[in-house]
Amino acid sequence: MKAALAAGADFFAGYPITPTTEVLAGWAKENVTNKKIDFIQTEDETAAGFAVIGAILAGKKAWTATAGVGHVLMQDPLALAESLRLPFVMYVGQRGGPSTGTVIYSQQELTLARYGGNGEGLRIVYAPSNINELYELTQKAFDTAWKYRFPVIILGDGYLSKTLAPVDTTKKISVEDAHPYFLNGPIKNMRNCFSKEEELVEHLNFLFREFGEASREIVESESYKVSDAETVVFAWGSVGYAAKVAVANLRKKGVKVGLFRPITMRPFDTANAIKAVKNAKNVIVAESSAGHFGRIVRETLADVMIPNFCRLYKPAEGITVSDIEEKILGVTHV
Amino acid sequence: MFEPRFPKVVNPDSKPSNFCPGCGYGIILKVLGQVIEEMEIAPRTVIGLDIGCNLLAWDYYNLDTIQTHHGRVTPTMSGYKHGQKDSVAIGIAGDGGLYAIGLQSLLHTAHRNEAVTVIGVNNTVYAMTGGQAAPTTLPHEVTDTTPGGNFTAKEPVFGPGLVGEVAAKGAFLGRASVNNIPVMKSMMKKAIQAQLAGNFGFLEILSYCPTNWKTDARVTMEYVDKMAETFNLGVLDE
Repeated sequence: MKAALAAGADFFAGYPITPTTEVLAGWAKENVTNKKIDFIQTEDETAAGFAVIGAILAGKKAWTATAGVGHVLMQDPLALAESLRLPFVMYVGQRGGPSTGTVIYSQQELTLARYGGNGEGLRIVYAPSNINELYELTQKAFDTAWKYRFPVIILGDGYLSKTLAPVDTTKKISVEDAHPYFLNGPIKNMRNCFSKEEELVEHLNFLFREFGEASREIVESESYKVSDAETVVFAWGSVGYAAKVAVANLRKKGVKVGLFRPITMRPFDTANAIKAVKNAKNVIVAESSAGHFGRIVRETLADVMIPNFCRLYKPAEGITVSDIEEKILGVTHV
Repeated sequence: MFEPRFPKVVNPDSKPSNFCPGCGYGIILKVLGQVIEEMEIAPRTVIGLDIGCNLLAWDYYNLDTIQTHHGRVTPTMSGYKHGQKDSVAIGIAGDGGLYAIGLQSLLHTAHRNEAVTVIGVNNTVYAMTGGQAAPTTLPHEVTDTTPGGNFTAKEPVFGPGLVGEVAAKGAFLGRASVNNIPVMKSMMKKAIQAQLAGNFGFLEILSYCPTNWKTDARVTMEYVDKMAETFNLGVLDE
């Protein structure tokens, strides 16, 4: 929330859901004294998303936060934001599913974040791995959203949402200004309903082109000690942070292991992912789901021969540093 | 030569009309255009459309418009109004969009007394999809999904009355009919004036749908008169 304020966010609409209620409540509290911001607690997440869209049209740097089943409802407004090129910013605190599941943690909302909604997944998804990154990437999300006019999701989880840790709030990045879409120059009739297949295809091709161009500038990843790695761990978000610690620990013991961690889950840094496994014999995918991320990795590395593809899948369960170390030692020559 | 006198806010390029012959929307939109012009609010008016036949109005006005999703025009307009407090935000939706899929947004927007205006068009059916039963379908009415007649409820949903249960003091709630233009026009003004005074404004309008009613011109006119026997016209008192 502090990062959103630092990025100039001035409107929030939301609905209570664990583990992101603190954002809603925090904004409501801020709203009491901060006259520059505005707020609606809506009747459901769908209404929150559409209120955010209304506020964006009016020129607000509007955003929302949700999780789990709320994230599902939010796909309705997100699809509209994709079609109309609206800079919709949303924080998601993943929780366990399906259904109400658990309320704190999972990595099971990755596919929903990337490709939810009826359409082609024309959204940017950032995945912070720790609380400092959460602060940085949330600011960046507003900049990316307003610069490229595509919806942006910050895909965290309940551990990230609820962790209390010191955050370096001095890191401020410059964020693109917001402008009203309406009552601001020529008449705009914003249309998202087409009568002909050809009309929609033309619209889609335009969106694909713009998304592709933007992607080249947006895509981000971290490759850590991969150049001589016999084993490369693929992990993202909170698990990515644990994996980095595991890799650092084992490198001290001489184990040739590295990490590839995407920072944007969409677009995906395919080029650097392939580069990261250049000398690898083993790839380990570690994630708190039964393969949301693994499927992306397999698709990304489809043309690269990896002798040994290993999974460390713990759906909706936390993955510790020692879990990852154990898996690495199981496949790597020591 | 006779020149049809359309308000200036109507976009002449949107003709010929996208609506079916005999549809009530043409009248409703034209009169709303006159109201916007007479109230001199065009430079600050934004129109939101739900999904349903109203989406065809996307290029009807020389005003900024947005097609939202089904049932979602009310929260979109609320968000817009929060973002530009001096604007006039008008949402147009059908009876399905307001009383079925978008009902909770309609009720809570009234409850929070958001300063927006919602125009709801009641033709007793889901018209765009081919005439299925709506919350407003009359008892015994034959529709696509009530082929033997509607027996699911003794009464339809009475929108303004329902909204009145939770609406804040100062909100405007009323029902007009497309076959009485002067009254409809004055109630549209009141629904917008409520917004200008910082309150929620909601007007339901009984309207024609000969395509789905499968009625000729005479029976269509009679149909709306018959609707008015069930749906009381007028301003809902506090």
